[in-house]
Amino acid sequence: MAVNARQRTLKAFEKIRAHAVSQWEALKQSQEPRILIGTATCGRAAGALDVVKAFQDELAQQDIKAKVTEVGCMGYCYAEPMVIIEKPGWPPICYGYVTPGIASRLVQDFIIGDDPCLEFILGALEENELVPTIFDHPRFKYETRILLKNCGFIDPEDINQSIANGGYSGLAKALGMKPQRVIDEVKKSALRGRGGAGFPTGEKWQICREVAGEPKYVICNADEGDPGAFMDRAILESDPQSVIEGMTIAAYAIGAAHGYVYVRTEYPLAVERAHTAINQAEGSGLLGDNILGSDFSFHIEVMRGSGAFVCGEETAMMRSIEGRRGMPHHRPPFPATHGLWGKPTVINNVKTFACVPQIIQRGNQWFASIGSDGSKGTAIFALAGKVLNTGLVEVPMGTTLRQLIFEVGGGIPKGKRFKAVQIGGPSGGCLPESLLDTPIDFTSLTEAGAMMGSGGMVVMDEDNCMVDAALYFLDFTCKESCGKCTMCRLGTKQMLDILEDITKGQGKIEEIDLLVELGQDMKKGSLCGLGRTAPNPILTTIRYFRDEYEAHILEKRCPALACEELIAYYILPEKCERSCDACVGSCSVEAIYTGKRRIKVIDQEKCVKCGTCLESCPPQYDAVIRLSPPSLVPPSKK
Amino acid sequence: MTKKRPSRKQNVRPDASVAKEAEQIKVHTLDILRAYHGERRNLIPILQDIQAKFGYLPREAIKQVAKSMRIRELEVFGVASFYNQFRLNPPGKHPVKVCLGTACHIKGGRIILEAWERRLGIKVGETTTDREFSLERVACVGCCAMAPVSVVEEKIEGKVSPTRVDGILLSFELEKEKGTDK
Repeated sequence: MAVNARQRTLKAFEKIRAHAVSQWEALKQSQEPRILIGTATCGRAAGALDVVKAFQDELAQQDIKAKVTEVGCMGYCYAEPMVIIEKPGWPPICYGYVTPGIASRLVQDFIIGDDPCLEFILGALEENELVPTIFDHPRFKYETRILLKNCGFIDPEDINQSIANGGYSGLAKALGMKPQRVIDEVKKSALRGRGGAGFPTGEKWQICREVAGEPKYVICNADEGDPGAFMDRAILESDPQSVIEGMTIAAYAIGAAHGYVYVRTEYPLAVERAHTAINQAEGSGLLGDNILGSDFSFHIEVMRGSGAFVCGEETAMMRSIEGRRGMPHHRPPFPATHGLWGKPTVINNVKTFACVPQIIQRGNQWFASIGSDGSKGTAIFALAGKVLNTGLVEVPMGTTLRQLIFEVGGGIPKGKRFKAVQIGGPSGGCLPESLLDTPIDFTSLTEAGAMMGSGGMVVMDEDNCMVDAALYFLDFTCKESCGKCTMCRLGTKQMLDILEDITKGQGKIEEIDLLVELGQDMKKGSLCGLGRTAPNPILTTIRYFRDEYEAHILEKRCPALACEELIAYYILPEKCERSCDACVGSCSVEAIYTGKRRIKVIDQEKCVKCGTCLESCPPQYDAVIRLSPPSLVPPSKK
Repeated sequence: MTKKRPSRKQNVRPDASVAKEAEQIKVHTLDILRAYHGERRNLIPILQDIQAKFGYLPREAIKQVAKSMRIRELEVFGVASFYNQFRLNPPGKHPVKVCLGTACHIKGGRIILEAWERRLGIKVGETTTDREFSLERVACVGCCAMAPVSVVEEKIEGKVSPTRVDGILLSFELEKEKGTDK
């Protein structure tokens, strides 16, 4: 681009930015208190929309002027619904577990009065002398927020708030560079694809730029199908502009004029916010024809995925965009040379695109300074399962699993023992306690038998059965296998049958080795990543928890007391309080009756093993227990 | 849920209403096709819109789509049956989706699914005979921290227990009795 053209784009952007910043400053300086409420899908599930309404009603009733804004997700899912109140004269204060009742109290006591209601506080967002800050939480020692930095703090439906917080500065800078220099910058940053496989992003762009063929396409993979991962959804719902900007930079670098965001249809809010973001970016001249007055044009369409896990695989996704059955095909040729409609296509994950603007804006050295050798930048994990602080965490690559689970995640609830951590969803593996000091990066995890995958991280404690966990993942991949190649279609089914037998106590000891053999063959013989990684959960659980498989097979016993067919619920007569009817009332199939001396007894024939009685039995009695094998239950006399 | 409701069998519907429904389907399908210029590459969005309109993909609509795109019905059916989103039979008035993602599984999602099955008297993928409820499993709705999750009529219910299932069903019963049911 000629120098004066470059000046023109920068000038055009400066005008947009100045406007956005002045709006943002006015908002910040305003004497009206601001109430930010996290209403991403996770917040809504916890009742955030009721909280929004409670604030509005209370403000109207008290006749107070305050600005209520719906923002995205800060990632502290365990404390949803979350509210941030910015009141002039006070630091911004973050509240957790807010209910409509707490909302009206906050209006009365804090917004009208001057009592910040310390009992509901999570922490202030700035250092101050009045209230403890959120940074005192141990997790902040480990977290480095790059991709999530704006999530939960800006209105995702207002592009100006994004621009005022650094949005689109990367694009403006990129448009002033030669496309090749943009690619060089990404290459030097050593950014690797965040979709799981970790292919160097710059390399991919380079191949796509150099190969002949017009037009070229950019696709953003937001088909986050891994059950247990939700960071792509959180980013699209909380800071969609960062993704749009990253895609636009990629399009400029490779010379594409058209792009697609492929979002799961199960994420209606993400779809809606992506649409809004695209419309606003077009309205501001940051997307569409002649972006920022330059001769570069780029259009983005949102495509809703229709609930097929395999469409997260890039070649399958492209078939799906073309309107066909989403079945993968053999690679090579890779999408970078033969992609959508057979044209060169760059396809990257949401997080990869969201990294790009900041790399351009802050330089490759800044990005490369974060993380470990070979794996630069941060990793986002969706921490779930048996861990205290569930939610999204963003840590530099190289953080160990132990730090992530015990320091950031707060450890295992109810004083239970850690057993395993499942990383990377159905493609990943289960790692035991002995591997907790493994650093999180692409190579270390693969060596341990797991993989970075999509970033789902499910913590399991002593109550989780590893055979059952393996069965769960295999059941998932078996259902989601598209059926094109034999190894995946039949291999998953065979392994599933064997595992089901084992969990029912009908397994044979030689079947463990058979599973390993089958798994290794599937890894070699499957067409796409789905089949090649599907055996990982089984192979890792056999590798690290073989004794549990053996207990199921040889002793017909489930050590974790989880496999339904191998356990029975039993009420200890000496512990039963007798005058209490909690279990009888809780049983949804009327399987508990009052026996001799008012002791409660479970009718094993009727019991469906739902475990409700175990939870309803008051902790001071703790009379309901599980026994495995079920033959341990003493015969009852009616 | 012990009360028996009269079942609405297909053959009791008068022919006139069936014909009217078929006509409706035809009109709306044509509108949707027109909005996408009937292009083959837009097949999935077209099917999505049809399903959004009727709650499922009626046979007549599939025929219509195939005809206007000049492709075989089989090809449309092939795409429709490949994706989990599409259903070929009408949903219940209150669709229930039970999340069986990883986190929900760990927290006992299957127990919740069984509780729904038991209470509604149907298996997953089915609709109650009175077409009030339908039951589906979904891979993950992305609220893993609230596990186990059920989605009842697009409303997300977090931390569901078998007793909560009874409670949800009871609230529908009560609403129905009050006559405030939509």
